[in-house]
Amino acid sequence: MTDTPIIRIMDLTKAYGSKTAVDHLNLEIRRGEIFGLLGPNGAGKTTTILMLLGLTEPTHGMALIDGHDCTRQSMLVKRITGYMPDNIGFYSDMTGRENLRFMARLNGIPEHEINPLIDGLLEKVGMTHAADQKTETYSKGMRQRLGIADVLIKDPEVIIMDEPTTGLDPEGMREFLSLIKQLSVEDKKTILVSSHQLYQIQQICDRVGIFVDGNLIACGGIDELGSQIETEGHYTLEIETEPCDSRFLGFIEGLKGMTGITKNGNTFVINSSEDLREEITKYLITNEYKLLHLHQKGGDLDEIYRVYFKEAEKEGDDSDGKDGSRKRLFGRRGA
Amino acid sequence: MVKTAAGNAFSAAEGHNNKSIRYHSLTALYQKEMADHVTGKRFIIILILVIAMTIASVYGAVTGIGSALKDAAADPKASFDASFMFLKLFSTGGSSIPSYMSLIALIGPFIGLILGFDSINAEKNSGTLNRLVSQPIYRDSIIIGKFLASSTLITVMIFSTGIAVGCAGFLCSGIRPTGEELVRLLIYLIFTDIYVCFWLAMAMLFSVFTRHATTSALSSIALWLFFAIFMSLLAGIMANAAYPVNTEYEQAVNGLKNYDLNLNLNRLSPYYLYSEAGSVLMNPATRAINAVSYAQLVGALRGYLPLGQSLLLIWPHLVGLLALTFAAFTISYVGFMRQEIRGN
Repeated sequence: MTDTPIIRIMDLTKAYGSKTAVDHLNLEIRRGEIFGLLGPNGAGKTTTILMLLGLTEPTHGMALIDGHDCTRQSMLVKRITGYMPDNIGFYSDMTGRENLRFMARLNGIPEHEINPLIDGLLEKVGMTHAADQKTETYSKGMRQRLGIADVLIKDPEVIIMDEPTTGLDPEGMREFLSLIKQLSVEDKKTILVSSHQLYQIQQICDRVGIFVDGNLIACGGIDELGSQIETEGHYTLEIETEPCDSRFLGFIEGLKGMTGITKNGNTFVINSSEDLREEITKYLITNEYKLLHLHQKGGDLDEIYRVYFKEAEKEGDDSDGKDGSRKRLFGRRGA
Repeated sequence: MVKTAAGNAFSAAEGHNNKSIRYHSLTALYQKEMADHVTGKRFIIILILVIAMTIASVYGAVTGIGSALKDAAADPKASFDASFMFLKLFSTGGSSIPSYMSLIALIGPFIGLILGFDSINAEKNSGTLNRLVSQPIYRDSIIIGKFLASSTLITVMIFSTGIAVGCAGFLCSGIRPTGEELVRLLIYLIFTDIYVCFWLAMAMLFSVFTRHATTSALSSIALWLFFAIFMSLLAGIMANAAYPVNTEYEQAVNGLKNYDLNLNLNRLSPYYLYSEAGSVLMNPATRAINAVSYAQLVGALRGYLPLGQSLLLIWPHLVGLLALTFAAFTISYVGFMRQEIRGN
């Protein structure tokens, strides 16, 4: 049963005026897997999720969850799908427990089952101690955990989370991710996580899809995507030196296997078909350069992301806004 | 054959299911809204407002009627109308205190506005609406539940103030209500209820279409001020521009048209519509609300209109107010159903 797709997205398209937010998306998500939908802000991830829940109508195409049409049978879809939105909101003057109770009533859970159910869920997400505080006093991490309890109230088969890790501290992040993993392993839920934070998602996802400008440009397991890059046989080296002069540039250009170089401030980004680190460091030492930064990019998700973004850029025309958000992504990596 | 039977059974079960979803989600939303209102801080503001209004109007009415009686006793020739005294408790003010009727015409809308101005956009901004619409409930349950909860509260408030003023007036003055007076009072309170619900619907309309609660609060207060104060000025200016009445000749030619236009423009305002209907209901001596010619008055006897005739006079007002309320609610309903709700 694990291999039958529970979510099927076929040719899904959403256009706002002349801007296409989601462009002919085709995707299948299997029962019981954790799927990461990765992409920069504004790539169309949230729009896709809204269409899956029937909260906005697709311009073209359709999506099915467990065989139910997401647009026409949204009631059936929402009964088996839990959605945890970005920046999840609770009624701030109600306690965590009251918020959950309200959700349970909305879902038509019989009154006598509500209290034991809520107690169990609070225990599960580790929020029993704060259950009777007003949610306005909650920290971001607590809100996210209450959010998971909130989603689990209707015992969904599919859980969709939109940017769930934004704003969590490292410890909160770790706990949160292990909770998600637990839901997948122990409760056999299918989980769709959208995010722009590559590393966190990398740790828990079975498969990821990379989503840029409304297009899914790559989809598969992390290893698959990683090996795809390796077979393309290129290395990328970031190097920052003092001074950063043309003599050094000339040396690099003379190296065997060098395929491209770009200068970015005091940093060279060198693409090559071979590992050049040893030759370059030797040269730097003998010529008394000061080495400030050296980073070889490998087959990690960030690299995957970068490579596929480049491909997307080559293919399509880009607006300035999108470029800006991408640069920020790299900036965070370099820091 | 078997297939169709199974299919029917399924759709019947589905139909039953949908009805129960509608029922329990609406109940849950209604209860939550009610609890929110009653335990919230703004409820205290409304309560203070209403209590102050009730006390002031009872005091004003009792002193007002008292001084009128004293005047009548001092001067036997002065005509004092002693019929429908109980209704006068609501329509009479003191020396500087407005009557219950004029107070509620002014303050009633505020209650509607306070209850409705942030009903949708505040939830949108706090991200709770997002969570609500992803539950297996019909989306219209949300806006219907909100409207029903607020209008229930309004109804309770209007009727309790009306009854409180009646009882307090009865105790202070000893004026006993007749059956007809009670019926007139009841109809008047229903009218008031619809009037305040119109403002609730208006505030909700703004809360659906604006992003911030402050914007919707300010726009609905602006609209209220416009109808309560500026509409009558505007109607006068427009009527005078269309049918000038500056000279005696113009007065003779345009007088009636000017008056009619002025009146009809004013009646576009729910404030005027409500006040006019209220004065007909609570003062049975009002026999007409439009201009009446001398010819029509020839041979007329001074007397009171029976309840049925009073109702006939204000029937269009009732329909108009109801229509305005439904229009405002429908527009916000449709707007809400078509909106795309995403996180902030």
